[in-house]
Amino acid sequence: MKPPEPARARPGETCTVTFDGRTLTVLPGRTVAAALWAAGVTAWRSTRGTGRPRGVFCGIGVCFDCLVTVNGRPNQRACLVPVRPGDVIRTQEGTGRDDD
Amino acid sequence: MTERPRLAVVGAGPAGVAGALAAAARGVRVILVDAGEQAGGQFYRQPAPALGARRPRLPDHRWRTWERLRDGLDRHRSAGRLIHLTDHHVWCVQRESGEPGTAEGAPAGRGSTAGGFTVHALRGPAQEEGVTVRADAVLLATGGYEQVLPFAGWTLPGVVTAGGAQAMLKGGLVLPGGTAVVAGTGPLLLPVATGLAAAGARVAALVESASPGALLRRAPALAAQPGKLAEGAGYAARLLRHGVRTLTGYTVVAAHGTDRLEAVTVAALDRDGRLRPGGARRIPCDTLAVGHGMLPHTDLAETLGCTLSGTAVRVDAEQRTDVPGVWAAGEATGIGGAALALAEGHIAGRSAAARLHGTAPDPRRWAAAARARTRLREFATALDAVYAPPAGWPDRVPDDVVVCRCEEVTAGQMRAATGSLGAGDLRTVKLLTRAGMGWCQGRVCAPAVAGLTGCPLDPGRRPFARPVPIGVLADLPEADRTDLPEAD
Amino acid sequence: MTKRLTCDVVVVGAGMVGAACALYAARAGLGVRLVDRGPVSGGTTGAGEGNLLVSDKEPGPELRLALSSARLWAELAREHGAAFEYEPKGGLVVAPTPDALAALREFAAGQRGAGVTAVPVDARQLTELEPHLAPGMAGGVHYPQDAQVMPALAAAHLVRASGAALHTGRTVTGVLRTPHGTVYGVRTDRGDIHAPAVVNAAGTWGGEVAALAGVRLPVLPRRGFVLVTEPLPRLVRHKVYAADYVADVASDSAALRGSPVVEGTAAGPVLIGATRERVGFDRSLSLPAVRALAAGAVGLFPFLRRVRALRTYAGFRPYLPDHLPAIGPDPRAPGLFHACGHEGAGIGLAPGTGQLIARALTGEASGPDLAPFRPERFDTEGGDVR
Repeated sequence: MKPPEPARARPGETCTVTFDGRTLTVLPGRTVAAALWAAGVTAWRSTRGTGRPRGVFCGIGVCFDCLVTVNGRPNQRACLVPVRPGDVIRTQEGTGRDDD
Repeated sequence: MTERPRLAVVGAGPAGVAGALAAAARGVRVILVDAGEQAGGQFYRQPAPALGARRPRLPDHRWRTWERLRDGLDRHRSAGRLIHLTDHHVWCVQRESGEPGTAEGAPAGRGSTAGGFTVHALRGPAQEEGVTVRADAVLLATGGYEQVLPFAGWTLPGVVTAGGAQAMLKGGLVLPGGTAVVAGTGPLLLPVATGLAAAGARVAALVESASPGALLRRAPALAAQPGKLAEGAGYAARLLRHGVRTLTGYTVVAAHGTDRLEAVTVAALDRDGRLRPGGARRIPCDTLAVGHGMLPHTDLAETLGCTLSGTAVRVDAEQRTDVPGVWAAGEATGIGGAALALAEGHIAGRSAAARLHGTAPDPRRWAAAARARTRLREFATALDAVYAPPAGWPDRVPDDVVVCRCEEVTAGQMRAATGSLGAGDLRTVKLLTRAGMGWCQGRVCAPAVAGLTGCPLDPGRRPFARPVPIGVLADLPEADRTDLPEAD
Repeated sequence: MTKRLTCDVVVVGAGMVGAACALYAARAGLGVRLVDRGPVSGGTTGAGEGNLLVSDKEPGPELRLALSSARLWAELAREHGAAFEYEPKGGLVVAPTPDALAALREFAAGQRGAGVTAVPVDARQLTELEPHLAPGMAGGVHYPQDAQVMPALAAAHLVRASGAALHTGRTVTGVLRTPHGTVYGVRTDRGDIHAPAVVNAAGTWGGEVAALAGVRLPVLPRRGFVLVTEPLPRLVRHKVYAADYVADVASDSAALRGSPVVEGTAAGPVLIGATRERVGFDRSLSLPAVRALAAGAVGLFPFLRRVRALRTYAGFRPYLPDHLPAIGPDPRAPGLFHACGHEGAGIGLAPGTGQLIARALTGEASGPDLAPFRPERFDTEGGDVR
């Protein structure tokens, strides 16, 4: 289901980022979380214990559920980090770091 | 000493901005340190400028209040009386143990003289670069965050806090899906439901666990707040206009879905907060915005050694903590809303200015703010009594529900820690189960762990108010005094 | 006041050492009650990293106790190891310079003579053992006997396994003595517990319990801060520390010493600990201590620079003037036994201590085993300070 765009926005230029290799058109100024929500994506992390999907929960940087890997940097809070043109966003698995 | 004293204000929500303005207007150099890209905090959260929105969704009188505050900030900033450090995430405030060279920061009659303070922050959204700021006194206006009590399925994507849904809507102008249920308890649910509906979501239900009876019993205290009642009535009218069904005396017992939310089950509660037999119904939705009230951010205060009262920072009539040179205002000193935060922040700023100039403040000068504070605190107490989470909630959490979202600790594991392993407080439950050891350091799960295990909810000790890169710690300046950004 | 309780032995203190005393006393057939004013693992046990180290000990009575404890830990782990995250991961001591390496190798040679497995490794082997270690180290020594447990879990599970009656949230307010001075139990804020033997396993607060019995035991707190990182994959495989750590442990200085031990954990976070400072029971955050730990850790593992610390906390090691614990019967108060003052080694030394106490309780302990740990050794009148 495509979420409706709230009425008052008069957005400027759009740009593109990728999410798990898929190109998304987003509004700069939005957080990574807002950009992913707008694209219909609600999960971008799998937990390190049971591999369950997670996305935004608290939305204000407190809960760390929305951790995501942006441009190779793991553990970024999607609800805080603004999206920038060309960002490479990846679903974060577990700790977000390779074993070696 | 010719240089004007410096007050660091941590947090640029209503309390911090009001405090910063009051102090800056009285000859104090103010450094406003805030995590946001723009001032406003959670309440006056603004859409990012690039999104081209005209203004946040607020009732008109609130918007005018915010315009006044924002203009005040601009004025003091351009006059060189105030520095606003945006995107600075404070992880610790330390009292300098050094020589009492700034004794004017010491509140009179409070025993020892105050040294200065060092505010440690991380700059930028990635929070990788350390910054330190020195000040003679500190106003902690760190705000609060939402409490959510667990239920089956609450970790599914699509389940968000009510405040989170609101933040995403205010700041990002975005909705998580097409059909929402707003649930839990508390005064935040109404504006969230109307906000979602106005933004184009279908709000399938507003589910409030407080019973209509509880609201009625507190009617006298609530009626003493005509402004608040009118606001509530306004929200109710808007809900009606959007055709939002309101279920009072109901609670969410489960969220359903495999990899994302598909529906919730809500059930009717009896007077004792127990489930009424046969009162369950399933509501399809792709978003659940849920909240059970707020908790204060007290980490910085606790590390400074401020005494807490329950889960909030204890302050006196001037908003002073019991650590000389440290003031606190807003939700950090007890949840009460933006109007109360403005009054408290204003009093704190005036008190701090007077004390920093070495004079005793005259409380008659802020009598109006003090009256508003008294009235709004009474109102907050009345709201607390109405919007308490339903009594039986812990019994309804099955053993297999993940309660610590970070470390994936289940309710059953927590019950076993107190049942057979000898835990009797939150710290021991944490040690024996890892509940609260993860990224959020128990901020989210602590109230739930307390309820499930019967341990008292203590605010916990978090010397790092947020995660800090080891490199930033390793590079801390030897002497805790460094760069002060210059205003001009 | 609740009814009077009785048993064969009351253990005061539900930390790791108290748990081990309860376990081995119960195994010896004694009826045990374990009393703590707080919860299980509420004191130093809950603030420790769970080091089971032989590598940092010079030849002597403490090393002998560490080696016997290491064997007992391995035995306990066969039954409970998974529950308390026992990991026989081994220790790796690294020397940054050739001089430091020479001193380390000499120290290790002495340890080998005392029964420690200490394998010299060169710079290349260091990298094989720890691929993320900072380059340029001169070499090191590998100690396969070093291991780790999650201490709070270990204490809780061993208390449960002991079958001892556990009384938490119950404060001992007095040690009961007959007119002849013989100990016959403890008074608590919720009634008396009668027993012919009382074991003082109160750790850093052991001096206070001794004082309740009218005897002096000069246990002092030595503060340590630990840094805990975000969860990580296994990037640090051993307990890794620099050669100057051993000097810090043995130091009598009250000033901050911060050479850290860096290690990964089964649960994910890397632990960086711990500083040593004698500043009383001050729990407030010390950024100099945190800075010292962070700088030391980054020096050993540069990748940590960009890893985040999620929390830090302080604990208080129970410290006796000669850095050795007090273990065994107290001749000044017949019926009183001490098992405290293990400084930073209490988790590692706990099973050996528990076994010695159980033997002392049943009259099997031999004098030579207990001699170095005699609790009355600090009495100046006796003139028998070591």
